[in-house]
Amino acid sequence: MPEQLPEPLESFEEGQAIAPTGAGGASDLATAEGETLEKTPGGPLGTGPDKKPRSLWSDAWHDLRRNPIFIISGLIIVFLVIISIWPQLIASGNPLDCDLSKAQEGPQPGHPFGFNGQGCDVYTRTVYGARASVQVGVFATLGVTILGSILGGLAGFYGGAWDGVLSRITDVFFAIPVVLGGLVLLSVVSSNTVWPVIGFMVLLGWPQLSRIARGSVITAKQNDYVQAARALGASNNRMLLRHIAPNALAPVIVVATIALGTYISLEATLSFLGVGLKPPTVSWGIDISSAAPYVRNAPQMLLWPSGALAITVLAFIMLGDAVRDALDPKLR
Amino acid sequence: MGRYVIRRLLQMIPVFFGATLLIFLMVNVMGDPIAGLCGDRQCDPATAAQLEKEFGLDKPVWQQYLTYMGNVFTGDFGTAFNGQEVTELMASAFPVTIRLTIVAIFFEIVIGISLGVLTGLKRGHPVDTSVLLLTLVVISIPTFVTGLILQLLLGVEWGWIKPAVSSDAPFNELIVPGLVLASVSLAYVTRLTRTSIAENKRADYVRTAVAKGLPRHRVITRHLLRNSLIPVVTFIGTDIGALMGGAIVTERIFNIHGVGYQLYQGILRQNTQTVVGFVTVLVIVFLVANLLVDLLYAVLDPRIRYA
Repeated sequence: MPEQLPEPLESFEEGQAIAPTGAGGASDLATAEGETLEKTPGGPLGTGPDKKPRSLWSDAWHDLRRNPIFIISGLIIVFLVIISIWPQLIASGNPLDCDLSKAQEGPQPGHPFGFNGQGCDVYTRTVYGARASVQVGVFATLGVTILGSILGGLAGFYGGAWDGVLSRITDVFFAIPVVLGGLVLLSVVSSNTVWPVIGFMVLLGWPQLSRIARGSVITAKQNDYVQAARALGASNNRMLLRHIAPNALAPVIVVATIALGTYISLEATLSFLGVGLKPPTVSWGIDISSAAPYVRNAPQMLLWPSGALAITVLAFIMLGDAVRDALDPKLR
Repeated sequence: MGRYVIRRLLQMIPVFFGATLLIFLMVNVMGDPIAGLCGDRQCDPATAAQLEKEFGLDKPVWQQYLTYMGNVFTGDFGTAFNGQEVTELMASAFPVTIRLTIVAIFFEIVIGISLGVLTGLKRGHPVDTSVLLLTLVVISIPTFVTGLILQLLLGVEWGWIKPAVSSDAPFNELIVPGLVLASVSLAYVTRLTRTSIAENKRADYVRTAVAKGLPRHRVITRHLLRNSLIPVVTFIGTDIGALMGGAIVTERIFNIHGVGYQLYQGILRQNTQTVVGFVTVLVIVFLVANLLVDLLYAVLDPRIRYA
């Protein structure tokens, strides 16, 4: 017999599986029953008996608040955002203040992570490096999501020739390796800001989101309530904004959250290759790249920024996972 | 089936031309290819004009593109500005990268699928939980960090491997670089297989197979695996193109003289012909791999019929 033990939990999906949920007893009840069971204890919104059926969003929020993965990754992200705005809160030094005589030295009092090849404090640089990553991640994701969902959403809604053309254009973009495109386009830019990198990511990233948005708009379009709205004489704009957009948004948000982590990773990769951000911008990618030659004598130069980068990307991917679990009713 | 193949081949044509045109335009934005020829000094205008004429750079971009594509179809990928034929560079670079990709795909198939099957069958078990956690960690560490750290540990500290790959790049030196290249996809393959196995485990046909009294390994290999691997095969197939294009980072870390190395050099030296030529071949690889995956679908899943 391949299966002797009962399956632990139907909703035990992907990311959630990492954390002990302690709900082991609630085995695989039918979804509907599971929902009512969850609702009763404590009254989730604290408003007594629910009269109005919960929307997808409040339902998802209800799930998310109890998901330890969401809470942990959320806290990490809030922390990252705070130190990227006010790095001086936890690092008093100046990341560009370097003393060559201390180059490659190990940890010392006041300098817990040691020094890098130029004698800069690794701790201060690691803290200040968060800013570039968060900026690139957030703005690239915003750009990609807005551009991608408008183009893809309209194509999905109106169909026809524009849809065909857009699908071919996305095919074209998918055929070009991303790192390669970055090397070619960014190798000429000599700007010290994060904007060229963000611009590049929006330029090459929108097809991914537009494909998702197109698919989910096409699905939403066929729903009865959209047909009903059409029968009642709703205009295209009203159908799109009132009925389709709110229902087609969930997959877009999930993919965008996970993409945010990959954009941060991509920025570091491009900086490592020498075409992303450029000094004096402080970035984990630049620091990891400059650590490579000193790796033997000063491994701290490599390990701390790498660790920070990995934790940041991990936080966004876990957040995306948790949001997907909450928003995808099929997994419940 | 034949008509489907023809339709797919026809669909590939606009994508091929679009992608090559896009990269052609991008490379043109990249800067003045002549500037790279005169070393660090500024070219004097007369030489520059003569060189431009020689390489056809005085013509409009669309005309350059058409000429270039015309040449490509006769097997002429042009000359790199150092006088070496681009096809010559390809002949030395592609075998290396193909070997690297084979190693990477091998790891994806062997490790990724075995871990996926194991975790999919044992969902909720501590093994499952720890493998899942591990895949998340691997996904979130960028390839170049994995590469540098493995190079530091295995190559420099413990001396298990050579930190840099020799120029012949035989298979045994490509094991660690291949693993690094595969790492992120490996984690995806594991997760994908796990989800797919876990989904199909409760399918009616598996229950039937068990009820028939088939031995467990036969149920798993013949019934469960065959059905569960369809999405995995799709992923691995589309990953071939991505791996070859993404090898640029791995090749740089381990100093492998493959496609990524040549492309990196080409971009640094603003060597238009090299960059466009290599990318054109990569685009073809990507398109053909995708086509093969779609055709393989029909073999793996008899329910799919291509009219």
